[in-house]
Amino acid sequence: MTFDSALTLAAGAVLVSAVVVLWLTSVHAVIRVVAVQGFALGAVALILGLRHHDVGLVATALVVVLLKGIAIPVLLGRTDDEDRPTRESRPLVNVPASLVVAAALIVLAFLTTRNLGRFVGTSTGALVPVGVATLLIGFFVLITRRLPVFQIVGLLMVDNGIALIAFLSTAGVPFLIELGVSLDVLLGIVVLMVLTRRLRSEFGNVDLDELRELRD
Amino acid sequence: MLLVLLLVLPLLGGVVIGVAPRHRMAGWAAVVTNGAVLILGVVLAVRVVGHAPASGAWGILRADALSAFMVIVIGVVSVLATWLGIRTLAFDQRDARVNRGRVMGYGVLVQAFIATMLLAVLAANLGVLWVAVEATTIVTTFLVGHRRTKGALEASWKYLVICSVGIALAFLGTVLVYLAALHVGGHSAHALDWTSLMANAHRMDPSVMRLAFALLVLGYGTKVGLAPMHSWLPDAHSQAPAPVSALMSGVLLTVAFYAILRFKSVVDLAVGPAFPRTLLVIVGLLSLAVAASLLIAQRDYKRMLAYSSIEHMGLIALGAAAGIRLAIAAVLLQILGHGLTKTVLFLTSGEILAAEGTSQIDAVRSLLARRPALGGIFGFGLVALLGLPPFSLFSSELLMTRAEFQVGLGWVAVVAVGLMVVIFVAVVGHARHMLLGPSSFEQVASAPSRWVTAPLVGGLVVCAVIGVAAWPLDGLLQAAARVVAP
Repeated sequence: MTFDSALTLAAGAVLVSAVVVLWLTSVHAVIRVVAVQGFALGAVALILGLRHHDVGLVATALVVVLLKGIAIPVLLGRTDDEDRPTRESRPLVNVPASLVVAAALIVLAFLTTRNLGRFVGTSTGALVPVGVATLLIGFFVLITRRLPVFQIVGLLMVDNGIALIAFLSTAGVPFLIELGVSLDVLLGIVVLMVLTRRLRSEFGNVDLDELRELRD
Repeated sequence: MLLVLLLVLPLLGGVVIGVAPRHRMAGWAAVVTNGAVLILGVVLAVRVVGHAPASGAWGILRADALSAFMVIVIGVVSVLATWLGIRTLAFDQRDARVNRGRVMGYGVLVQAFIATMLLAVLAANLGVLWVAVEATTIVTTFLVGHRRTKGALEASWKYLVICSVGIALAFLGTVLVYLAALHVGGHSAHALDWTSLMANAHRMDPSVMRLAFALLVLGYGTKVGLAPMHSWLPDAHSQAPAPVSALMSGVLLTVAFYAILRFKSVVDLAVGPAFPRTLLVIVGLLSLAVAASLLIAQRDYKRMLAYSSIEHMGLIALGAAAGIRLAIAAVLLQILGHGLTKTVLFLTSGEILAAEGTSQIDAVRSLLARRPALGGIFGFGLVALLGLPPFSLFSSELLMTRAEFQVGLGWVAVVAVGLMVVIFVAVVGHARHMLLGPSSFEQVASAPSRWVTAPLVGGLVVCAVIGVAAWPLDGLLQAAARVVAP
């Protein structure tokens, strides 16, 4: 298998797992899919790092796998109380419609960012729209799902999409910055988890769109 | 060395708060370390105005006149906010439900918050700048939700989710700038350094830079509170404890705007000034319109202050859109003036809330008669905020308007002034309701201690002094404006 086809496969896996998230409603299954997405993203960085003989990028791959493939899914999956909801029962847009929207978003991503891919110039540039599509689907999850954990997953997918764009277009930001970014992402997720727990103890098991204490 | 010290000092204050046996001691530790930050900021300004920029920590940190100016703004607001924060700490310790750990946690997080803002303005590398701005969001989330009421939790959730999305877009913009920089031969480790970006900007691909700047304005604009990405701001600023609202409104918003200013000068060189100008005019006018429409029927005085922040960020965006050196100097003066006034007002509103037990405008009456000290400070603060002389917001808004006319944005200035008049009328109406009126139904309440009023009055006096006499700041403002508009 050549580098290019391995890279296409890994990048494709990132996008496919984003679509699968839209298809699922079970919290546990979604967390597993997000872990797969983390591993696929790490694989993209690893393949690029090996091809360019770039130690920083290989180290980045390791950080990505540890963080997005293992640590964050484990954190998200911790069930320390029983009455946590395990299923997204009423998404704002139902599953079949979400899949149609996902298809439209993928087409949109390819139409709008082909020029950017051409600007990148290398063979990986053609894959940049895959990252953009992942980003857009992440936004869609964030907007249409009501459980806090799905919103966290949506944010994570937005982040993974941007990381994929960065890997494919620039072979990754410098390692120091990547470390800072990863630390921010991890802390952000931890804070969101703590907030979720406090929200639950204060409001009970409510959907996020029922939060409307504050209005003008 | 100086730059590293600037970052270590607030953290050191945080450590002292963490181990201090008594809350009063912890509070003073914060004021002293933040006061030292302010003094070092002045030292830094003297050192870099007219000289080469300072750098430190193996080139990760760098300070030119613009950074030094922002350090001073952060220092001033931090001293005021942590001074009154001592009382927040004291209040909480008397509240039986709040344990000691949470009080200390509050103090430590505030110091970490100040340190992340300092890192943002001292970063040599625009990627590190992103990391620092994102860190401010994470650190402040718990501060917004500190009171743990339903409203506070809701506000902190919205704040973190909306700002994370925004800042993610800013990261995508940063990646695109990096891509454009690599294509003109930037060395990967230093391609995002401010100096190398400015040196190579004129050769960067215009279409990529346009896309990048749109994403950066959208992303950092979310943290600045520019419409239409402002929806988190009124909630977060009204729910946070007063010193935190003061820090967020007084400096955090403008630290995020600092990021836009930095990128704007790179993009100006790459694609010319027309595109950034259009974008900033749109978000600026939209912010003013949103603020005006929501201020008219506002019922909560903390939310009133929050919408006024959106107004001022809109004005700053319009000033930056004009972009000439005069405009940038005025923008910076506006950043300082707004920081001072808004800090004083939020801190005063916290005292009023503690005394009156409500943040509803309707429920507060005849403050001037019943609580002359607090009412007086609040009144003068609003006078300053509305841009009346002698306060510095008057001069900066006048200068921005003049600059807008100079570059052919006269119609923008006219629309902006029209919206400001609407805001003026709305705020004066609310203020009259809260401050005036007979006090027959209640006797005069006890005055707050001098420790509370002194810093508040001091902040307003400084604001008036720099409004009348520009001399202490003139050199620094000119040098800092030259960084953005060379």
